[in-house]
Amino acid sequence: MAEETTAVQTKTAPQKKKKEKNPHVWPELPFKELMCAVLVMIVLIVWALWLDAPLGEIATPSRTENPAKAPWYFIGLQEILVYFDPWYSGVIMPSIIMVGLMAIPYLDTNPKGVGEYNFSSRKFAVINFLIGYFMWMFAIVVGQFMRGPSWLFFWPWEVWDDTVHHEEVLLTNIDNNLSLICLGIYFALGFLLPKLFRMKWAKNLDFMRYSIVVTLMLLMYMVPVKVVLRQIFHVRYLITTPWFNI
Amino acid sequence: MATQIWKSIFRHDFEDTPANRGKVIRSNVFLHLHPLRIPKHAMKIRFTWCMGGITFFAFLVECITGILLMFYYHPVIEYAYMDMKYLQFDVPFGQILRNIHRWGAHLMVMTVMLHMLRVFLTSSYKPPREFNWVIGVLLLTLTLLMSFTGYLLPWDQLAYWAITVGTNMGAATPFIGVEGPFSLVDKFTDVRFVLLGGTTVGANALLRFYVAHVIAIPAVVFVGCAIHFWRIRKDGGISRPL
Repeated sequence: MAEETTAVQTKTAPQKKKKEKNPHVWPELPFKELMCAVLVMIVLIVWALWLDAPLGEIATPSRTENPAKAPWYFIGLQEILVYFDPWYSGVIMPSIIMVGLMAIPYLDTNPKGVGEYNFSSRKFAVINFLIGYFMWMFAIVVGQFMRGPSWLFFWPWEVWDDTVHHEEVLLTNIDNNLSLICLGIYFALGFLLPKLFRMKWAKNLDFMRYSIVVTLMLLMYMVPVKVVLRQIFHVRYLITTPWFNI
Repeated sequence: MATQIWKSIFRHDFEDTPANRGKVIRSNVFLHLHPLRIPKHAMKIRFTWCMGGITFFAFLVECITGILLMFYYHPVIEYAYMDMKYLQFDVPFGQILRNIHRWGAHLMVMTVMLHMLRVFLTSSYKPPREFNWVIGVLLLTLTLLMSFTGYLLPWDQLAYWAITVGTNMGAATPFIGVEGPFSLVDKFTDVRFVLLGGTTVGANALLRFYVAHVIAIPAVVFVGCAIHFWRIRKDGGISRPL
């Protein structure tokens, strides 16, 4: 492939001096890869000598484990269970995240920054991706280190004692009509403001891409919004129906 | 004769010439994943973080340690937990083998996540590399599923209740989960039943997770990796500034 590039260059600009060829892969790159592999193996062996893989007591279906924690990479989703019902936090949301991630290359039409760490020419993409990424990490850290029995909140330095200092907070639901109006405003502003302020990223997207990007963004930021509503205003559901609640 | 054997295997000699540097890569099926020449920046650790490579290496470590563990493990509830104890106390290097397998899995999840971050930050998903990003996201999902299915196999309390919590999500799926909104199914025909081969985690679930963990998902991952690596080359090589 490297040769193809040079071939094209010589065809289009034969008068120019032949550009300096890319360096050979052998031996530099395979050597670096080997060194990486050796390093990883050392890390794994030291880690394995130092810490044993956890093993609890034998599985007993009649004795519930409390807290029953998912493996750490899924604990973010388990943490979100506090704020949304399982059909959303366990099924719909991960599906939207995966499909949304796959859609990124088809939504981001900004051609800049390929092959380099370039922030200034793609601020919107980088900032929002990083926010999503760190929300994921944050949910994992909270779920892994700050949740004790019955999924109660404990600071890392606190003892998991679920008999003290956890008063039952009375959660309320917001009236459906009020929530629908608020959600309507949230989505309307989300769609209008970027256009109104003529943000650069919004100007460069066609209607279809713009709608999908804004919808995904608004759904992502619904998570921290719901966290605030729940933790500060003690709201359980925004919308209640006979079939599902949000 | 010595020369003939050498040449039949390697098809190039030792001398460090540009021609041989090319031949080393071209005539070796594993090294052949690489192009013969590559832009200077692409060999820098600070550009790639070597995260894709480390992820693949971790996957290979998992395959090898996994095969070794399979010699000592029976995917039935009468033996599964006992086999863990057997590995811990009786099998030579059994505990460290299991430790490497477990921590290697954690490492693989971490590095695949960091690999995604690096590819995003260098805009390497932009045309013509869009579809390879899609395959990458699928491989990330499969990595998580491999770890998840493996989590049940020790058959301890941690495993049992984590998988119970996890698969109960399946029951909450809209339309095709028994407890989900607009459910169209009963508890013997819903998603959770398909995952567990039952309504609760039991012998069938252990067997299903075992088969998924040791052969079904890794087989798909191998094919996915092959496509992922092949497409790096076909989509114009490692990303570079225009």
